[in-house]
Amino acid sequence: MRARTGALPAAVVQTARRPVRTLPPRVWLVVLGVTAAALVAAFLLVGLEGNLAYVLPRRLNRVGAMVLVAVAVGVSTVLFQTVTGNRILTPSIMGLDALYILIQTSLAFALGASTLLTLGPPIRFAVEVTLMVAFSSMLYRWLFTGGGRSLHLLLLVGIVFGVFFRGASSLLQRLMDPSEYIILQDLFFASFNRVDPTLLLISAVAVGGLCVPAWRLRHRLDVLALGRDTAVGLGVDYRRTVTLVLVICSVLVAVSTALVGPATFFGLLVSALAYQLCSQFRHAVVLPIAVLLGVIALVGGQLVLEQVFAFDTALSIVIEFTGGLVFLALLLKGRVR
Amino acid sequence: MITLDNATKRYGPITVVDGVSATIPRGGVTSIIGPNGAGKSTLLSMMSRLLPLDAGTVHVDGLDVSTTSGQTLARTLSILRQENQLTVRLSVRDLVGFGRFPHNGGRPTVVDREHIERALEYLDMTELADRFVDELSGGQRQRAFIAMVLAQDTDFILLDEPLNNLDMKHSVDMMRLLRRLVDDLGKTVVLVIHDINFASCYSDTIIAMRDGALIHQGTAEEIMTPEVLRDVYDVDIQVELIRGNRIGVYFA
Repeated sequence: MRARTGALPAAVVQTARRPVRTLPPRVWLVVLGVTAAALVAAFLLVGLEGNLAYVLPRRLNRVGAMVLVAVAVGVSTVLFQTVTGNRILTPSIMGLDALYILIQTSLAFALGASTLLTLGPPIRFAVEVTLMVAFSSMLYRWLFTGGGRSLHLLLLVGIVFGVFFRGASSLLQRLMDPSEYIILQDLFFASFNRVDPTLLLISAVAVGGLCVPAWRLRHRLDVLALGRDTAVGLGVDYRRTVTLVLVICSVLVAVSTALVGPATFFGLLVSALAYQLCSQFRHAVVLPIAVLLGVIALVGGQLVLEQVFAFDTALSIVIEFTGGLVFLALLLKGRVR
Repeated sequence: MITLDNATKRYGPITVVDGVSATIPRGGVTSIIGPNGAGKSTLLSMMSRLLPLDAGTVHVDGLDVSTTSGQTLARTLSILRQENQLTVRLSVRDLVGFGRFPHNGGRPTVVDREHIERALEYLDMTELADRFVDELSGGQRQRAFIAMVLAQDTDFILLDEPLNNLDMKHSVDMMRLLRRLVDDLGKTVVLVIHDINFASCYSDTIIAMRDGALIHQGTAEEIMTPEVLRDVYDVDIQVELIRGNRIGVYFA
């Protein structure tokens, strides 16, 4: 081996390290974790009066739904972005939640909304999620495993998919019996304020069950983020991993859409902030930070809206507005590879 | 040893690599040369299982690349592609650390750290180890990726046009480095290269392709003749013996 004469002394190398741009990830995790926990506690306890046996379970239900949605949206967005190899696509932008609504509408159309309702949440949800996984893996797998497709093409395909799914849903909704339609409408415009406890429980099981494989994939996801060729070269089974991630994403999107309806930019907001904050690429750090940011945004936002502004319907509007701005900023900044 | 048997790749009606059979010996530098569109990169991609074969087989060290598990292959052969764009922002040391993934599954041990530091040192990248990859110059970035491949510590190293975008000095450094990998560490290096003179000066074996077919294989002496080169490139190339190296002159 050639002798190196130009090497800097170790001390100089140490001081020449990259400047500290942000707090270490562990500090962020603690800070965000404590903030999220405090917000959840505040949401449960602030202004707690009257019949506790009535008020507290209701609040628990709502905060549970928000935490679940934060987990589902945060994890699915980060995973989806890693698989698609860019930081601007989200499952919602690619029309995944519109697909869920279309499936729900088609089921109601075929079986009748009242039949759908009498199935009860567990079976209904299981059927919907199964269909969702089947369709989304068919549609999106070829799109992302083909490799070398331009971002603009993907965005365009996503928008076309979204418009198509939404158009097909609204066509079916128009064709169906008005009374059936009202029942259906009730199904997908559930908000945090009236989440069915059984559905919440099923969702919690589904989300919890999916976070295990997602977490176990974290190292492989780090490699996947280097791009297909490098990942294959490093021994990652690309097709299998991508398929698995897309299945996880489909179910998570189904869960969050079933709980609170579509939220296009929320995931983008959360993941962009997470990457910005910790300037880390490791999923072991980014995933929990994205989830915690989601909890803070949802619970904190709801708390402020309810307690400070005394109205409680506009949180989704605020989040979508901010998320939309972030989307535009990311596009303009050109970080869209 | 890499054994290709009737390796074929088609895109629709177009056959890009047409039934290539060859044996690449273990140890040594093997260069694949040929005009644009000859199928060199496609062949290399098939050897490294980045592209599936439409017909035929490729065995690396006795392992069939189409059926062997990704992880086993990743411990036997490494591949460096031409374009290495990163969407993630990471430091050189983190990038090199990924080379250990096939061995540790993402949980680095003390041995892995030693491999990483050794690879960094071998490529003179120790001072740049904490810089972000996207802040490096083209040549430095190329070296960072080579360091990753080196940390992967495989017997077979495949490189697709490693001299792309490198100036003369860095090109020479790169070829010397590949030579050292073979001579000092006993690796087997296969590369796609456009500059026939670099191929001539540094290779043990040269494979010449044209129109998807392998048309010549041999040592630099055997390939670097006006007749063979004319056959490959359709250009009259004079070959001069300069300081023991065969140099093709084709500039005028």
